[in-house]
Amino acid sequence: MSMPEPASAAGAPVINMGTAIRDGLLEAARRDPSVIFFGEGVEDPGALFGTLKDIGKHIGHDRMIEMPIAENGLIGVAIGAALAGKRSVVTLQRVEFALLALEQILNNAAKMHYVSRGNHKVPLVLRMIVGRGWGQGPEHSQSLEAIFAHVPGLKVIMPAFAEDAKGMVTAAVEDDNPVVVIEHRWSHYTTSAVAEGYVHRPLDGPRTVRQGDGLTIVATSYMTLEAVRAADGLAEAGYPVEVLDLRVVRPLNLDPIVESVARTGRLLTVDTGFRMFGIGAEIASEVTSRCFDLLEAAPVRMGLPDHPTPSSRGLVRGFYPDAARIARTAGEMMGLEEATISQVEEKILADRGDVPIDVPDPFFKGPF
Amino acid sequence: MAENDYRLRCMRQMLRIRLVEETIAERYAEQEMRCPVHLSVGQEATAVGVCDVLQSEDRVFSSHRSHAHYLAKGGNLNAMMAEIYGKRDGCIGGRGGSMHLMDPEAGMMASIPIVASSIPLATGTALSDKFDGNGKVTVSFLGDACLEEGVFHESANFARLRGLPVVYVCENNLYSVYTNLADRQPERPLTDVAKAHALESRHVDGNDLDAVREAASWAVETSRTGTPTFLLLDTYRWREHCGPNFDNHIGYRTEEEFQTWRVRDPLERYRKQLEEAGVLSAGSYAELERTLQAEVDAAFTFAINSPLPEPNEARAHVYA
Repeated sequence: MSMPEPASAAGAPVINMGTAIRDGLLEAARRDPSVIFFGEGVEDPGALFGTLKDIGKHIGHDRMIEMPIAENGLIGVAIGAALAGKRSVVTLQRVEFALLALEQILNNAAKMHYVSRGNHKVPLVLRMIVGRGWGQGPEHSQSLEAIFAHVPGLKVIMPAFAEDAKGMVTAAVEDDNPVVVIEHRWSHYTTSAVAEGYVHRPLDGPRTVRQGDGLTIVATSYMTLEAVRAADGLAEAGYPVEVLDLRVVRPLNLDPIVESVARTGRLLTVDTGFRMFGIGAEIASEVTSRCFDLLEAAPVRMGLPDHPTPSSRGLVRGFYPDAARIARTAGEMMGLEEATISQVEEKILADRGDVPIDVPDPFFKGPF
Repeated sequence: MAENDYRLRCMRQMLRIRLVEETIAERYAEQEMRCPVHLSVGQEATAVGVCDVLQSEDRVFSSHRSHAHYLAKGGNLNAMMAEIYGKRDGCIGGRGGSMHLMDPEAGMMASIPIVASSIPLATGTALSDKFDGNGKVTVSFLGDACLEEGVFHESANFARLRGLPVVYVCENNLYSVYTNLADRQPERPLTDVAKAHALESRHVDGNDLDAVREAASWAVETSRTGTPTFLLLDTYRWREHCGPNFDNHIGYRTEEEFQTWRVRDPLERYRKQLEEAGVLSAGSYAELERTLQAEVDAAFTFAINSPLPEPNEARAHVYA
C-alpha cells in the first residue's frame, strides 16, 4: 500500500507522525519567541509521547510550563497568556482530560474573539491525544472531536499522515484562533518521508487520498488508513473508490465532499468517534441537503457503537470499524456481488494475519 | 495635597458610579435596557479603592457584576451605556450586554459572567506579563462564592508557584444570589483559604475607601515584585442580585441586616470624612453631583440615540 503524501522532499527522512508533530512544533517555536508550551509532564522523560522531546533544550526551558494537575485552571491560564500576546500550546495526554476544562475551552477560548468584537485574539493550540488500544478502556480512549466541533469559534483538526501533521500543527500554532488538535495515538506510529525544516499546510479541509468513481468515503484521522486499505482492496478487485481524508473538522469545508459525491453518487463516512451525533451525521446531512438528487443510495455512517469503550480485547472485537468492514459496507452500497465482497474482505483479513486486535496493525506503520 | 487629590478623585469616582447605577435602576422599567443588570450599589469603595492604585496599563478582569470595575478602571461610559442598551456603539457592539463589559484600551480586559471563570485568565495575563518583564499587574475581582470553585484554587496554586504579578480581590458581599455565605462555606477566615495557597493577604473593611486603597496599594506593589496577593474586602450588595429593585422583603435576608450595612454606605461615609477634614464643602459636593449627573444623562442619551446593530453583524468575529 502506498500513501500519497504531497510535496515530500525527495530523499526526505522517513519519520513517524509523533516525531513529525514534534519537529513542526519546534520549528514554529523557533520562528516565534511568543510560543510557549504547557503540559502535565511537559519535559518529563516521556515528553508527552515524545512529541515535545528536547524542545526546551532548543528554545529554553522557561518556555516549557509544567502544568499542575489542574486542567481547567491551566487551560484558562493558557488562554489568558494568549490574550496578552503569547501563542500557547497545551498538550493533554488524553482527550478525556479536556473534559475537566470544557468551561474554559467552550466559554472563554471559543468566545473571546467574538465577544470582544474582535479586540481580543486567542492564539491557542489544544492538543488532545486519543488513546485507543491495549486495554485503555472507557475513559482513556475516546475520540471526542464532535464535542469541540459543535462550538463556533473553535477550529478542530485531525491529521492522519506524518508530513501533513507536521505542516498542520505549524499552521495551528500560527493561527490566531483556538485550534483543537485531535491526535490519534495509532497515527503517531505511522511513518512517512517528511520534509525537514519549516512545513506549513493550510487548514483548508479535506484532501483526496484515493481516487475512484464507485463511492466516496470521508474518513477522519486513523480511520483514513483503514479506509485507504479498504479502497486498495476494492481497486484491486476492479472497483476503485474515492477516499477523502477530512483533516479539518471545523470549519467544515463541504465543497470537495459534495463535488466528489456528485460524481460517485454514494457517500460513506467513517468516524474515529461515536457514530451517533458524530461528524459523519453532520456530513451526511449536509451532503443530502445539497445534492439529494445526485445520490444513488442513502448515505451510510460508520463509527463507534452506542456504548462506552470496554477495556478487554475480548469485548472490543467488532467495536472499531476496520478495513474489512469498510470494504464490505462499500461493496454492498455499490451493489457488488457477495462473492466479490467476500474476496476483498478475506484478502484484507489475511493480510492482517494474527495481529492482536488491541495494537496497531504494523501494516499501517508505513512508510507511506 | 497629593493625598487630597486622590481623595477627591476617589470621591468623584464613587459618586459617578453610584449615579450611573441609580440612573440604570430608575430607567430599567422602561424596558429599553434589555439585558440582565447586576448593580454594585453599596460596593463602590472596593472597585474604586483598588483601581485607583493601578496604572492605566495594568489589567483588570471582572465578573457579572462589572459596572463599578469597568468605570473605576477608566472604561468609556458612553460605550458602557450603549452596550447595556444593546446598541451598535456599545463597547462590544451589543454582543455581551451588562455582563461582558470590557475596554482593553483602558486595561479593562474582560468581564466573564461564569462564577470564577475569569480568575485563570487573569492569572494567564500575569504569566505573560511576567515573561515580558513589563511590570504590569493584573487584578482579578472575584466574589466570595469563587472560593467555592475549584478554578480559584487551581489558579492561586499556580500563581504562587510561578510568582505571578496578580492580585485576587475578593469582594465578600455575603450572598451568592440568595444564598448566604454561612450556607455555602464553613466558618473560617476566608483569608485562610488564600494562606493555604501561600498567598499573602490583607483583610479590611471594603466600605472604607482609605482602608481599601491602602491595602490595595500594598497588594499591587507586592504582586508587582512577584508575590501574588489576596485581598478580602467586606462589603454589601444593596439591591437584588439581578435587577434594579430592593429585595429585603422576599425573605432571604432581613431588613435589619440591610440597615446595618446601609449606614455603612461607603460613599456617604467618605463624603462626611472629607467634609470633616475640610477637603470638601457641601456646596462643592452638590456641584460635583450636578456635573456628574449631566454626564450620566448625556451617556444615556448617547446610548438611546445609538442605532441597534443589524442582524448580519452577529456573524462577524467568530474567527480571527
